[in-house]
Amino acid sequence: MPTLVSHPDEVKVVSRRFGLGAEAIDKYIELDGYKAVQKAIEQGPEWIVNEMKASGLRGRGGAGFPTGMKWSFVPKVSEKPKYVLVNGDESEPGTCKDHVIFLHDPHAVIEGTMIAGLAIGAKMGFIYLRGEYRYLLKIVEKAVADAYAKGILGKNIFGKEGVDFDIITQTGAGAYEVGEESALMESLEGKRGVPRIKPPFPAVVGLYGGPTVINNAETIANAPHILLMGGEAYAKLGSERNGGTRLFGISGHVERPGVYELPMGYSLRKAIYEVAGGIKDGKQLKAVVPGGSSCPVLKADEIDVGLDFDQMGKAGTMLGSGGIVVLDETVSIVEFALRTIRFYQHESCGWCIPCREGTDWLKKTLTRFHAGGGNKKDIDNIQYLAENMMGRTFCPLGDAAAMPTLGFIKKFRSEFEEYLAGARVEHPLIQIQPVGEPELAGAH
Amino acid sequence: MAVVPNTIFSPETAARFDKLASIYPVKRSALIPMLLYAQDEVGYVSDEVVAELAKRLDLLELDVRGVLSYYSMLRTKPAGKYNVQVCTNISCMLRGGFELLDHCKKTLGIGHKGVTPDGLFSLEEVECIGACCWAPAVQVNYDFHDDLTPAKMDAVLADYAAGRGKDVK
Repeated sequence: MPTLVSHPDEVKVVSRRFGLGAEAIDKYIELDGYKAVQKAIEQGPEWIVNEMKASGLRGRGGAGFPTGMKWSFVPKVSEKPKYVLVNGDESEPGTCKDHVIFLHDPHAVIEGTMIAGLAIGAKMGFIYLRGEYRYLLKIVEKAVADAYAKGILGKNIFGKEGVDFDIITQTGAGAYEVGEESALMESLEGKRGVPRIKPPFPAVVGLYGGPTVINNAETIANAPHILLMGGEAYAKLGSERNGGTRLFGISGHVERPGVYELPMGYSLRKAIYEVAGGIKDGKQLKAVVPGGSSCPVLKADEIDVGLDFDQMGKAGTMLGSGGIVVLDETVSIVEFALRTIRFYQHESCGWCIPCREGTDWLKKTLTRFHAGGGNKKDIDNIQYLAENMMGRTFCPLGDAAAMPTLGFIKKFRSEFEEYLAGARVEHPLIQIQPVGEPELAGAH
Repeated sequence: MAVVPNTIFSPETAARFDKLASIYPVKRSALIPMLLYAQDEVGYVSDEVVAELAKRLDLLELDVRGVLSYYSMLRTKPAGKYNVQVCTNISCMLRGGFELLDHCKKTLGIGHKGVTPDGLFSLEEVECIGACCWAPAVQVNYDFHDDLTPAKMDAVLADYAAGRGKDVK
């Protein structure tokens, strides 16, 4: 069971009910639960969207798209039914924030889904969790059943004639790619999780061909809080153009790893050294992957930056999914890069050639390099491969593999050069694969 | 709706499948959950499972196989009663994931995707399981075990071997 952590610098909005037993519906209602959705029913769609816009909330899955704007793109009139789809297929390495939301506050996700539905005129919502989260699915399923039993979901909710909302919950079956919104729709339709070509965007043609709003679970869980406190008040908690707070999962070589809710724009240095207690065992910081494994790495002297989408962008990296992975001085970047690319190679759906072939060649080249069989051209080749994947695939998985690779080469080129000259990892974690031999059984 | 005579599933699972096939706007949406629940019951997705799910959802067996081959949690061969899935992705790697994997390989005497001769355990090296802040983490079937060391892992395995382990389904 994940341990709950706390720090005085935290500003608890989405995590306000964590650890208070709010997975039980009565407790949730006692803690202001399902008030926001009733307010939303009274005030109507325009008010909801305006509050969401005013809140400055940006998508917490990684792309950071303004949520209110996304909701406003859905056509008012549609022949086909509209849908809300909650993306709980949390799979970006370094990210485990939705895990704690589903565990501690599943009703907030349900209420947020209903609010999104009211905003766009949908009568059905889906909550899709990753397949590994079966125990969390059971928690969410129970929450949904309890909400139905109380007349909060179903027909004529809260006794309001003609206001209906249904929620279906399910899990995936293991695929990182399904976290991409169009692949998620494919998966929910019972197909292979291969992305769709955009446009049309889901807001126009989405699930089952109907207009669909797809939001990350944390984004959705923020909606009730925003409507209760008001969009402007929420915006003020964060930094410019980055409203509110965010759940940051700090993992790796820190003293107190955990999921902390910090205001947008909070200092990355403070997050590591104060909130998470600094580097484990008194070691030195070497690097930080600031927002899940697809974000370009930051060096130890580059962490004086605010944790919001714009400031991270200026620093040449991304806020991504908020998964901050901290590396101490003992980590070999060559090995870390190999592990990162092995993941993307494993998860590429294989549709777009630059991603399918690119990730495979990156893995092969890095595997050989790691084994000591690299040659002078390899470093440039890795860079060339990654540069040629960027922007050349239908979904962002190709970019997600290329960006960190380019970051490792750019920031730690000397380490790759030293490795080439004979420097080795003292205790390799990843099994060294003899050069020129077929893949070892067990490596993937 | 064509009534599909239940052939291989327990009455509870069959009832669950009937319901699943009816709740979505399009029936096929039930495929992935059904594959998982079928695997939980049968142990793997057998030819018989593929045939019956295809019938239940009015799909070709080919459609079912196409989906089956895409998702990493679905398997076409039996695993151990307890499938030990060790994460070695970045956050777990930094806190001993590979050490844990090696330890499991030695303790269980099997490699990646191997099954012990008594069929009790199988082992898998898996990608990120979403427990990064409690690394290194392992899933045994659907149950999470966090913040592990080789010694703690031994205790977890001993619990399962003695029938005391939690089996989330």
